[in-house]
Amino acid sequence: MKVLVGQGSCGIASGAKKTADKITQLIGEKGLDIPVKTTGCIGICYLEPIVDVYDDDGKLYRYVQVQPEMADDIVEFHLKDGIPVEKYLIPEEGERFLADQTRIVLKNCGVIDPEDIEEYVAVGGYKALEKALKEMTPDEICQEISDSDLRGRGGGGFPTGRKWNQVKEQKDHIKYVVCNADEGDPGAFMDRSVMEGDPHKMLEGMIIAGVATGAHEGYIYVRAEYPLAVSRLRIAIEQAKEKGYLGENIMGTGFDFDININLGAGAFVCGEGSALTASIEGQRGMPRVKPPRTVEKGLFERPTVLNNVETFANVSEIINEGSEAYKAIGTPKNAGTKAFALTGNVNNTGLIEVPMGTTLREIIFNLGGGVKGGKEFKAVQIGGPSGGCLTKEHLDLPLDFDSLKKVGAMIGSGGLVVMDEDTCMVSIAHFFMNFTQQESCGKCVPCREGTHIMLELLEDIVKNRADETTIDNLLELADTIQNTALCGLGKTAPNPVLSTINQFKDEYLAHVRDGVCPTGTCQAYKKIIIDEEKCVGCGLCKQVCPVNAISGGSYKKAHVIDNDKCIKCKACISACKLDAIDIV
Amino acid sequence: MSAETQNHECLCESCDTFDFTQLDKVLDEYRDLQGNLIIILQEAQEIYGYLPREVIKHISEETGYTEAKIYGVATFYAQFRLQPIGKYLIMLCKGTACHVSGADRVEEAIVNELEISDGETTEDRLFTLNNVACLGCCSLAPVMMVKTDEGEETYGKLTPESVIAIINSIRKKEDLEA
Repeated sequence: MKVLVGQGSCGIASGAKKTADKITQLIGEKGLDIPVKTTGCIGICYLEPIVDVYDDDGKLYRYVQVQPEMADDIVEFHLKDGIPVEKYLIPEEGERFLADQTRIVLKNCGVIDPEDIEEYVAVGGYKALEKALKEMTPDEICQEISDSDLRGRGGGGFPTGRKWNQVKEQKDHIKYVVCNADEGDPGAFMDRSVMEGDPHKMLEGMIIAGVATGAHEGYIYVRAEYPLAVSRLRIAIEQAKEKGYLGENIMGTGFDFDININLGAGAFVCGEGSALTASIEGQRGMPRVKPPRTVEKGLFERPTVLNNVETFANVSEIINEGSEAYKAIGTPKNAGTKAFALTGNVNNTGLIEVPMGTTLREIIFNLGGGVKGGKEFKAVQIGGPSGGCLTKEHLDLPLDFDSLKKVGAMIGSGGLVVMDEDTCMVSIAHFFMNFTQQESCGKCVPCREGTHIMLELLEDIVKNRADETTIDNLLELADTIQNTALCGLGKTAPNPVLSTINQFKDEYLAHVRDGVCPTGTCQAYKKIIIDEEKCVGCGLCKQVCPVNAISGGSYKKAHVIDNDKCIKCKACISACKLDAIDIV
Repeated sequence: MSAETQNHECLCESCDTFDFTQLDKVLDEYRDLQGNLIIILQEAQEIYGYLPREVIKHISEETGYTEAKIYGVATFYAQFRLQPIGKYLIMLCKGTACHVSGADRVEEAIVNELEISDGETTEDRLFTLNNVACLGCCSLAPVMMVKTDEGEETYGKLTPESVIAIINSIRKKEDLEA
């Protein structure tokens, strides 16, 4: 018998560590000999903390939302007496959440102990590396990856095999493999889960990339906001070195490869390739003009393979199972799976991995269990600040690189934020523009100034001081920025605005033409109302109003508020002792 | 370096208070590493909690990077601070999932309770509030991470009420220790 407690960042935040400690303590007290091990996140975030109990036949009992006080029952009845505690077991929909997925990248997450290389090796880990080193030539590896139709999972979808091949062809004797683990898109945490749950899978992919391209040094550029991922990667690298999968003369083949970890310092733009390499070089992380491309002159001016975590995590599967088997998953030219972080107003939040081409309907209503609180589905934001919104009409659209591009969205790194009927799309566009504007590195004018002005225009709408020309100005600026910004971040910055204007023009018009925020989100469109019945004219509200918007009021005569003057500070609401004032 | 500035000794009083022993170890360790500047600054910030002028000057002297270059890098990245921070660094997630789940209301509660806004530190030097892009715990939105010298703790599914309760429990703990 053994016990596994899922301890990714979100599991720990839900109390998994306390639960694990409690179980360990109880096992000790009862004198049982059962190991309690740590595993990564299995992805059913809404049911954390999760405790897996494997009996001696290997049968799994999965307990969910296990708080320390529930540990008593589990240890007493199940671990000691062998009788599972039915009431704490995973509900059927939770099982379905996992069963309906196709897991390649996340296969071992929540199953193995990420801090123990033996467990990774036991499930076939580093076999692909051995095959690549001992049975394949670099050409064959590149060919196999090309044949598999694997495309970069970081967002752009560039064919990985072609990239590797280009680096392999470079004559330079020093080359680098760089892993982009700067998962900066708000609403995305797939890469974090891979690094926390199965770090060796990604390392193996990187080493194979080194074998294929002739590089002997790798860098992982990981966000400082992911401390747990960093610590598990460090452990994994140490262990891989001890076991001879990393370092000098790997598996006795004479091939050397080393991996360094660089911590990001909090700049979203560093997710862009040339900014990322500049940052590893210790510079300000600003993108540069391309060409030369990263494959020719990347890190330290050397040819560089730059892929993201998920891309590298797919490599071992392709080498082990072959490109044909890999291609059988997904849609033509969009092979394999994609991991998505499903969040927002949806019942089952978590990490999912599905074949490319799975529809939005399947993801939100089947896996996600529909919109929270029985509300109506309005839109889903995909691809973070570079992506766009998909609406009801896109529910049956296959999610893959090419289909999304056609409707003006992109997979991006894979964040899916579900929004219900109460979400104001103008405010969402404002949110993203605020984000990109703050994260603009300032190197090129279209992005630095353009996003700033777009943000001001959106602010005008949110603050109820815009008219229809504001929308036209937004569209014009968006077009300019898309065509003239230096890097991908700038070029795609207008996407959330464009896509919300395209899909929800009525909502924009309601704001600027009719003076209404249909969802009641934007404060400036709200009105303060004084209930004449309740108000006794005491004057308290009038005293606190900072803009003198309240007038009238004498003994038993109600106050009057001028909503044009009112700044909705709500001071009057707090001041009123009779609950006579309200905001609607 | 011109003749006037050569061998110039800093006369400010605060220089004496800086102990560079730990920093010098870091500088020795990374001296020959390609692209070492960000790593050195990160380590320096770990030691001092922020990047004081004297530290930047010292790094410049030891590594040969100009102070301008170091300030250029230090001010580019959100992580680096030129001012000291409070004992508890509140990193409030303002990512998409947190945004749609009410992070603004949580921020409002923190701002009202601590009377500081984003980037500021309370007068008692106990708390600093930093809004961050995304902590990657989206399924627990709204989320914040509270970082101290001992490590970091993540709190999820925040409400204006729960966040104030967390702040108060930290205050209580500090009072007890004091």
